[in-house]
Amino acid sequence: MSDTSRKMDPSRREFMSRAGATAGAAAIAPGVFLTAPAVAKPVDQPVTSDKRWGVLVDTSKCADGCTACVSACETENGWGSAIDSEKRSNPEQKAQWIRKVQIREKATGHVTTLPLMCQHCETPPCADVCPTGASFKRADGIVLVDKHICIGCRYCMMACPYKARSFIHEDLKDQKPWAPRGKGTVESCTLCVHRVDTGGTPACVEACSAENHNALVFGDLYDENSEISQQLREHGGEQIRGDLGLNTGVRYRGI
Amino acid sequence: MKLALNYRELEGKSTGFWVLLGGLGLLIALALGATFHMEHSGHYVTGMSNQIVWGMPHVFAIFLIVAASGALNVASIGTVFGKPLYKPLGRLSGLLAIALLAGGLAVLVLDLGHPDRLIVAMTYYNFKSIFAWNIILYTGFMAVTIVYLWLMMERRMNRYYPPAGLVAFVWRLILTTGTGSIFGFLVARQAYDAALMAPMFVIMSFAYGLAVFILVLMASYAWSNRPLGDAVLYRLKNLLGVFIGAVLYFVLVYHLTNLYATEHHGVERFILLDGGIYTKLFWIVQIGLGSLLPLAMIYHPRIGQSRPAIATACGLVIVGAFAQLYVILIGGQAYPLELFPGYEVTSSFFDGQVNSYSPTIWEITLGVGGIALALLIVQVAVRLLRFLPDTLEDSAIDPHAAAKAD
Repeated sequence: MSDTSRKMDPSRREFMSRAGATAGAAAIAPGVFLTAPAVAKPVDQPVTSDKRWGVLVDTSKCADGCTACVSACETENGWGSAIDSEKRSNPEQKAQWIRKVQIREKATGHVTTLPLMCQHCETPPCADVCPTGASFKRADGIVLVDKHICIGCRYCMMACPYKARSFIHEDLKDQKPWAPRGKGTVESCTLCVHRVDTGGTPACVEACSAENHNALVFGDLYDENSEISQQLREHGGEQIRGDLGLNTGVRYRGI
Repeated sequence: MKLALNYRELEGKSTGFWVLLGGLGLLIALALGATFHMEHSGHYVTGMSNQIVWGMPHVFAIFLIVAASGALNVASIGTVFGKPLYKPLGRLSGLLAIALLAGGLAVLVLDLGHPDRLIVAMTYYNFKSIFAWNIILYTGFMAVTIVYLWLMMERRMNRYYPPAGLVAFVWRLILTTGTGSIFGFLVARQAYDAALMAPMFVIMSFAYGLAVFILVLMASYAWSNRPLGDAVLYRLKNLLGVFIGAVLYFVLVYHLTNLYATEHHGVERFILLDGGIYTKLFWIVQIGLGSLLPLAMIYHPRIGQSRPAIATACGLVIVGAFAQLYVILIGGQAYPLELFPGYEVTSSFFDGQVNSYSPTIWEITLGVGGIALALLIVQVAVRLLRFLPDTLEDSAIDPHAAAKAD
């Protein structure tokens, strides 16, 4: 028969209180880290509509013949000349996430060059027409394709006013982990969402700055103090096919 | 007076029956082979690209889907509008509608980048997408028409089929509105973005579906040696003439409206004047061979009475239909997107250029397989079930002729 009235062994009590304190400290510690100032949105928290990411293109600074933004996007996201695939697709079939476009005004002959990619519309026609909802817009304005539920119907490509989307016509290999491209699905510029979510800027913007052209400015359109907002407020900015009323996230100066 | 028509299965013992069955089966097998090749290799083996994203399979698929809804018109005229002459044709009309839709959907699905994700298409819905609505409209149409057919063919349920016929009629109008709206809702492309697309597709379905119906009816009765009277055939071909005229009217209004708006002059010039293959297809095949010639044949006092001429006219309407859809679908994509009005545009991605497209054998084989599937369904169904009346002689189906005979 056991003696239940026996007093607790002091050494055991000490052990338990120390163990409890250690466990408590271990439980609190992660919380302590959470209070540290975070630059980017934590990965476990949802994207909010407090921000609206955008890019301003100053066409007067965009150099004719320079394709640094295109090359940077290819390298970053693993498409075009950056990877050894899409060899069997013809030029019309190869994917292009971003391209340099040259426009010449018929009346005056004035020539302008500019990069053209997904314009990250506020009301994207691609997402409207997508039957499965694979094309979608994040709360922060970035338009993406969920490759898991894209059935490859290409209706989004019919609907996009900017020809910003590409369909993959063959098997690919050596994809980047953050840009899962695949045969039979549609893809487009992601605004380098993997960089943006960790506080970075899109590869095209970075490359343009590295070339000292500084034609591209990335930032939060909702933040009055951001450089993009300040420049837009000061100089204004156009939307391509603004008549469609899509309120694009990518704006242009000088067109 | 009450008509007592006897419906009977085809015997299906002739060599011709088995040759046809085998031929259709072979075409379907070839289409499956083409699909496997396209899906295994990827769409680079097709003529489709990031510039022309929808190609020949879509021309076939949309023809079949549009014709499917139109094929049901004959049943609707009998059931909903109470025309006795059309009632004996109701069963074949419903069957053809289901078969054509099955063929069209098969082509559409097999051309997807991921046909293996059909279950995704059926479980994830974006209700703002007309495509998603169409998935519901197409499957629903099939279900409604099957019920309609069953009520029509099951003697004990006969009194319930008129309401089902009304539902099927309304459903088919909504369905073709949905198909036309696939293009009508595309705001960015010069050739589309018009509310007129929806009613125009409805009218197109009337003509396409009836042309297919008349051909299938004539073939079924000729090959099974069953009598097909002039009364029903002339009534159908005259109706086809009205529908061809109605399509022409819509095409005229579409182009006139575009020609009035300066912003559409570019695309109109492309289709009507200097678009090469598209201009030729429009004027020569769609308007000339596919509309005016069959109209003249149908209403010509002597030629219009000739059965080979009627069959030829129906065939021409179908050829014209393919030309029309090719011009709308491929021509509409070939004309470049208008990104910078007033500017000449060039880029590495073919901006500002007319896009080229040459369909490959794989795409055409897949499309033909869809037609073969539709016809195979009809052939097997009329062999197994009582779809066709024993006779469609004038005295058997026309109350006036029958009254005179009495």
